[in-house]
Amino acid sequence: MSDSLTQLTLAEARDGLARKVFSARELALAHIAAVEAVRPLNAFITETPERALAMAAAADDRLAHGQARPLDGVPIAVKDLFCTKGVLTTAASHILDGFRPPYESTVTEKLWQAGAVMLGKTNLDEFGMGSSNMTSHYGPVENPWRRQPGGRAGDNRPLVPGGSSGGSAAAVAARAALAATGTDTGGSIRQPASFCGIVGLKPSYGRCSRWGVIAYASSLDQPGPMTRTVRDAAILLQSMAGHDPKDSTSAPLPVPNYEAALSGDIRGLRIGLPHEYRAPGMPGEIEAVWQQGAEWLRRAGAEPVEISLPHTRYALPAYYIIAPAEASSNLARYDGVRFGLRVEGDNLDEMYELTRAAGFGAEVRRRVLIGTYVLSAGYYDAYYLKAQRVRALIAQDFAAAFTQVDCLLAPTAPSSAFAIGETGDDPVAMYLNDLFTVPASLAGLPAISVPAGRSGDGLPLGLQIIGRPFDEAGVLRAAGVLEDAAQFRDLPGFVAAGRRIRDRDDSHHLRQAGS
Amino acid sequence: MIEGRTGEWETVIGLEVHAQIVSEAKLFSGAATRFGAEPNTQVSPVDAAFPGMLPVINRHCVEQAVKTGLGLDAEINLVSVFDRKNYFYPDLPAGYQISQYLQPVVGHGRIVLDMPDGSTRAIGITRLHLEQDAGKSLHDQHPSLTYVDLNRAGIGLMEIVSEPDLRSAQEAGLYLRKLRSILRYLGTCDGNMDEGSMRCDANVSVRRPGGSFGTRCEIKNVNSVRYVMQAIEYEARRQVELLEEGGAVVQQTRLFDVGRGITRPMRSKEDAHDYRYFPDPDLLPLVLDRDWVDGLRAGLPELPDAKKARFISALGLSPEDAEVLVAEQAPALFFEEVAAGRDAKLAANWVVGDLFAALNRLGCGIERSPVSPAQLGALIDLIADGTISGRLAKDVFAEMVATGADPATIVEQKGLRQVTDSGAIAAAIEAVLAREADKLAEYRAGRDKLYGFFVGQIMKATQGKANPTLVNELLKERLAGQGPA
Repeated sequence: MSDSLTQLTLAEARDGLARKVFSARELALAHIAAVEAVRPLNAFITETPERALAMAAAADDRLAHGQARPLDGVPIAVKDLFCTKGVLTTAASHILDGFRPPYESTVTEKLWQAGAVMLGKTNLDEFGMGSSNMTSHYGPVENPWRRQPGGRAGDNRPLVPGGSSGGSAAAVAARAALAATGTDTGGSIRQPASFCGIVGLKPSYGRCSRWGVIAYASSLDQPGPMTRTVRDAAILLQSMAGHDPKDSTSAPLPVPNYEAALSGDIRGLRIGLPHEYRAPGMPGEIEAVWQQGAEWLRRAGAEPVEISLPHTRYALPAYYIIAPAEASSNLARYDGVRFGLRVEGDNLDEMYELTRAAGFGAEVRRRVLIGTYVLSAGYYDAYYLKAQRVRALIAQDFAAAFTQVDCLLAPTAPSSAFAIGETGDDPVAMYLNDLFTVPASLAGLPAISVPAGRSGDGLPLGLQIIGRPFDEAGVLRAAGVLEDAAQFRDLPGFVAAGRRIRDRDDSHHLRQAGS
Repeated sequence: MIEGRTGEWETVIGLEVHAQIVSEAKLFSGAATRFGAEPNTQVSPVDAAFPGMLPVINRHCVEQAVKTGLGLDAEINLVSVFDRKNYFYPDLPAGYQISQYLQPVVGHGRIVLDMPDGSTRAIGITRLHLEQDAGKSLHDQHPSLTYVDLNRAGIGLMEIVSEPDLRSAQEAGLYLRKLRSILRYLGTCDGNMDEGSMRCDANVSVRRPGGSFGTRCEIKNVNSVRYVMQAIEYEARRQVELLEEGGAVVQQTRLFDVGRGITRPMRSKEDAHDYRYFPDPDLLPLVLDRDWVDGLRAGLPELPDAKKARFISALGLSPEDAEVLVAEQAPALFFEEVAAGRDAKLAANWVVGDLFAALNRLGCGIERSPVSPAQLGALIDLIADGTISGRLAKDVFAEMVATGADPATIVEQKGLRQVTDSGAIAAAIEAVLAREADKLAEYRAGRDKLYGFFVGQIMKATQGKANPTLVNELLKERLAGQGPA
């Protein structure tokens, strides 16, 4: 029973709960066990089994009284960048040691209000800065997928899950959570979704509130759902989205019914294929999956059109100026004065220096330095201001494209998941992972990654659909068609299955998990 | 002008005033702003810059800034932008201050100074922008530790920057007083410099008359008008002496040492911060609706300059009285209430003269005046209808100040009603002249000055209640020879 409970989609679980096939408690117990079972992946920083059971009990109560809420009893994982009241919140950084926020982020609060059950806080790149989950103070996350023998001969090294929402992606892919929240700044939902063979949706900037989400780059950060199906993404987004007066950048727009948008009908839809989305050295199999995706959509009645986004090549450099600039300022508050880590020094400046040197990892320090540099007097115009102009041009590229087409189809990432150390320690090589995800981030557009195929060595490859501002519904509809055509059903090598757990046997095991 | 050894020097001053906005809540959070609260009791997670917290602009603070801009006769920018000013300090929790750098909410305006010689002088306002206050570092609570109080962190300030149009410490003083008066009229800042709700930075340089600007020094955070004037005075002389000795002024930030009356260096340009200003990505540009601004304009109170002009032209007051009355809103309102339907000049005399003197003695503001406008008006009415003489009115007023009683009650109780019975007055005159026969003889012999003596004696004999006009009339008649010798 419980094995099969972790194999359900969110939609199936919701329906099963409604029909009382199983209880929220049973569903929670199965997932609490699964969370424990996937510990080797290091996907969670904090597990919250007791909270999960309490929330499940409340959900069961409502379900029993016919007062079910949209996500009642659905166990999910939360990226540890969302502040959760009273629960350790780390941003995967040493500098937030012991930080338990006295408040709950708007997005998670909405999810709990909708009845969702919190399994724990997932690992990530420190402050969301990374594309491999290797920058976490709590250690790297392992991708539940491994290369198949016969690809690169004998290469069965552990792979990265992508980043920064690597823990969320791994947990969802390994069946430890029905879904998870992520945040996307330059690809942090979509790229790990692609690497782990799941669905990841970055909504339009302003669709989901950033209040209570620890900031990396404020003008780019956007929470979104990470799920195993497009329908699940629609369901989760429904409860995450909406205007929040506490976030001045959140959009005062009504939220449409996303699940209802999944009509499967994309006849007449014009799909743009941006010909700049080809990286030097990009494996041919990614190009092949892309062409295959276009063909699937064509067969469903859409019309693929080659288009051009001429400023694409400037997107990555612009992103790596704007995001660090904002980060350098956003991270100034981690000064050892009010919360988190403090390393004492002989004077104030020394305390700052020692605290921040000890508290921030190498990648965070690098971006703070870059950001401080590009905002400095004398360099501001040449870097920050110019990057903002590039950003405006990127947005214009998309706006022009959307006069010809309804959405865009492109690869999510220029590669499949790689092994730790495989790409060398050149940070710029790492930044290239974000090549295809950053443009939509800079333009604030909704974009979804859907697993569309597998590489020669058996790893998932994602395709992304990018839509007009606030057209998450259209993006989800097209993604649903792609998903149906791709029929991606494969399980990763490491899943939280293989253990039969009955409710009454769980008490001992739960004490351990909760201790 | 400063007379140096080598000739005349002109002082050039520009002032930056930080005016705390009158508002229940902070600029970007809902925390309270009450002065003098226990440390760290008025701090929200936004003010303490906790992770994930976001600023939301307080509409009321924007309204206050726009009203102030309108009161300064300034351009209102319908689009303005909030920027981050980045620097590390423990009382700046986020590591940046949200301010407005390139696009402030208010642009060019002006303040008109009333110069001592009766002329006026317009001083340009460069800009007004909104920004957050920082918290307070307390260095005196512990031998080795600094404590931080974040109650003030995030409170809304208006930074009001003048053009370098001021030419003396005295003008700077006039400017600050006029600005404070306007802010208080508008209700946008209480102007209490001793509580820190209005603070001033002064940029001071000297030059030869008509020459190009000299290098300036900025004197930071001076908290009284008098200190600002002293600091400018000192700083200008310091610069003149330096230049006349062949030295050069170094651009630097200086502090005013209140105890010694001098300025001393705080930091020089070399270790000035690089604030790395950039638009705050947590906040959208501030976009104002023109109709909303026009509505605020229409609702502005009458400001001191307009009020002064009206008091002179419509009520016939002297410029001196008008200026004294309009300097603050409460006395002006008090005066207008007293003057309504009465002789305005007489009302002004009473308010500016007797009332202000009494308040001064009591050491209280006009809000706590023991005499209400209606009572003072009633007193003036008693003079006008001849119930009491102007002379007796002074006594009645003194009694009003002491007891708070109505003038009519005092007049009744003390029997101060004026004597207008010519028979009774004539009898008093006869009695006095009979008693002072010697003086009368001297008067007759040509000592005209004794006339006043007689009047005084007659008033004394009637306990001051005799109608002075009648006394004069009858006494003159009597001395002119009509009636008994």
